[in-house]
Amino acid sequence: MTVWEKLRPYGMVAPAIIIFSLFFIYPIFYMIYLSMFDWNFVSPTKTFVGIQNFKDLLTEPDFRQVLSNTTIYTLLTVTLTTGIALLLALWLNRKSFFHGFVQGAIFSPHIISLVSISLLWSWLMDPEYGLLNWVIGLAGFGKLEWLSHPSTSLISLVMVAVWKGLGYNALVFIAGLQSIPSDIYEAASLDRSKPWTTFTKLILPMLSPTIFFLVIINMIGSFQVFETIAIMTQGGPINSTNTLVYYIYEYGFRFFKIGYASAAGVILLVIVGILTMIYFKLLSNRVHYR
Amino acid sequence: MVKLLKAVNNTIGGTPIGAAAEDKRTSTRSKQAILRKALRAALRVINVVGLLALVLIFAMPFIWMLSTSLKTLPETMIFPPEWIPRNPVWQNYADAWNTGPFLNYFVNSVVIAVGILILQMLTIIPASYAFARYKFKGSNFLFGIVMVTLMIPAQLIFLPVYLELSAFKLLNTHLGLILPFASSAFGIFLLRQAFMQISDELLEAARLDQAAEWKIIVKIMVPMVKPVLVTFALFSFIAHWNDYFWPLVMTTNETARTLPLGIAKIREVEGVATWNVLMAGNLILVAPILVVFFLSQRQIIKAFVYNGVK
Repeated sequence: MTVWEKLRPYGMVAPAIIIFSLFFIYPIFYMIYLSMFDWNFVSPTKTFVGIQNFKDLLTEPDFRQVLSNTTIYTLLTVTLTTGIALLLALWLNRKSFFHGFVQGAIFSPHIISLVSISLLWSWLMDPEYGLLNWVIGLAGFGKLEWLSHPSTSLISLVMVAVWKGLGYNALVFIAGLQSIPSDIYEAASLDRSKPWTTFTKLILPMLSPTIFFLVIINMIGSFQVFETIAIMTQGGPINSTNTLVYYIYEYGFRFFKIGYASAAGVILLVIVGILTMIYFKLLSNRVHYR
Repeated sequence: MVKLLKAVNNTIGGTPIGAAAEDKRTSTRSKQAILRKALRAALRVINVVGLLALVLIFAMPFIWMLSTSLKTLPETMIFPPEWIPRNPVWQNYADAWNTGPFLNYFVNSVVIAVGILILQMLTIIPASYAFARYKFKGSNFLFGIVMVTLMIPAQLIFLPVYLELSAFKLLNTHLGLILPFASSAFGIFLLRQAFMQISDELLEAARLDQAAEWKIIVKIMVPMVKPVLVTFALFSFIAHWNDYFWPLVMTTNETARTLPLGIAKIREVEGVATWNVLMAGNLILVAPILVVFFLSQRQIIKAFVYNGVK
C-alpha cells in the first residue's frame, strides 16, 4: 500500500470534516464559553460572570413564560399532527389516481417556504377581513381575534404548524403501513378479528417505530419554531407566543446581550440534545434491523 | 376504513345457502343485501365527499392567495368574497416586484441554493465513499463528528456562527451564506448507506481491470447511487430555496438577501394591510415551487418521505 493510498481516505473526508468542525462543532463550544460572560457585542472586553446568566434566566418571569409557551406549543403541535396524520393515513392508504392526488394536495404545504405560509395565514386569520372569520361566521360563530389576542394566539400558531406538517406525517405513516406485510392483514381477516382489535393489536404495534420517529422529529422541529413567530406575531401579544429560538434571536440581535442569549441557547441545546439522542438510538436500531 | 373493508369482504364472501332455502329467507336475505349495498354506496359517497373536503382545506388557502392577489384593496374587504375578481389587477405583481431589488433577491436565491448544492455534492460524495468503502484509522471518530453534526440544528448555533462569520468578514456575502452548508451530515449519512449496499464483486472486477480508483468511483460507483443523489439534491435545494432564518440572521443589508426575505419585507414597505400586493409577492415565491411539485410530485414526495423512513 502506497503512502497515497493510506492518505486517500483522509483527503476524501477532510473537506466535509473541516466544514463541520468550523461551523457546527466549534460554535457549540464557543456558545457554551460565551454563556459564562457578560458581553454586548461591541465592547472589546468580555466580563466573566460564571453561571450568573443562567441564574438570571431561570428567575426571569419572561423566560419562564417562554419555556412554558414553547412546551405547550410543542405538546399541542406534536399530538395533533401525529394523531390526525395517523387517522388520515389509515383513510388515504390506497393506490388510485384520486388518492394519489389527495396525498399530493395535503403534502404540498410541506415544500412551501414558511414565509409564504406565515403571510398567507396572517391574511386568512385577519380579525377584520380574514377568510377564516367569514367561514366561521357562516357556521354561526362570532369573530375570533386569532393572532391578535393572547388567549388564541398560540393555538393559532399551532393550527398553522399542524396544517403544514399533516401531509408529511400522513405520508410517512402511509409508507409505514405499506411496509406491513399483507399476509398479516389476511391472517387477521381470516381470524375474523374485529377492526378495532386489528388496529390496536396489530397495526399500532407494527407502526410503533414510525410513530416514535415522527413524534421525536416533530418535537425537535417544534422546539425550534421561529419563522411563523417572527413573521406572524413577533412573540406577542403580551409575550404570549414568544418561544425559545425567537427569544435568543431577540436578546442576541436586538438587545445585544450575547452572554445571556448564549445561556438560553445552551438550555435549548440540552433539550434538543436529549431529544436527538433518543432519535438516534431509534435510528441506529432501525438500521440494524434492515 | 378497516370497517369498510370488512363490510365489503362480508358481502362478497357471505356463503350462499343451498337451493333448498325457503322463499321467505331468501327475501329477507335479498333485503339485507340491498341494505348492505345501500350502505356501501352511502359510505362511498361519504368517502368521496370527505376526500374532496380534505383537498379543499389544503387547496383553498392557495386559491384564496391567488384570488386576493388579483383584487383592488377595497375588493379584498368585500364579504361574501368574490372568488374571481371581475377586473384582475395585474398591477399588484408589478407593485410587489418594485418594493425592493427583486431581481437581486432572485439572483441571490439561485446563487446560494445552487452554490450550496454543488459544494455539497463535491464534499459528500468523496466523504461518504471513504466512510463506506475504506478502512482507516480514526474513521470511527471522524464519523462521530458527522453524527454529532447531524444532531445540531442550524437554529441552535446561529449566534456563535454569526460572530465567527463577522470575524471572517463574511457577513452580507454569498460565501457567508453558502459556506456553513457546504457539506451535509445528512447527505453523508444517506449516501454512505447507499455506497455500502453496492456489492463487492463489481468493485473487484473493476480493480482487476486495473482501472484507476477515481475512475471507478466516478464511472461506476456514483451512477449506482444516482437515485439517492437526486433525492438528496431535491431535498437540499428546496430547503435552502425556502430558507428564511439563516439569510435573515446572517445579513444586515440587501446585498446578499434572498427572495423569502424580500417577500417578508413587502409588509414593511407597503404597510400591513395591503394584502393584495402581499399575496401577489407571495405567489411569486410559491408558484415556481408548486409548479415543480406538480410536475415531479412522485419524486419529491419520495425524496422527503424516504428520508423520513430510511
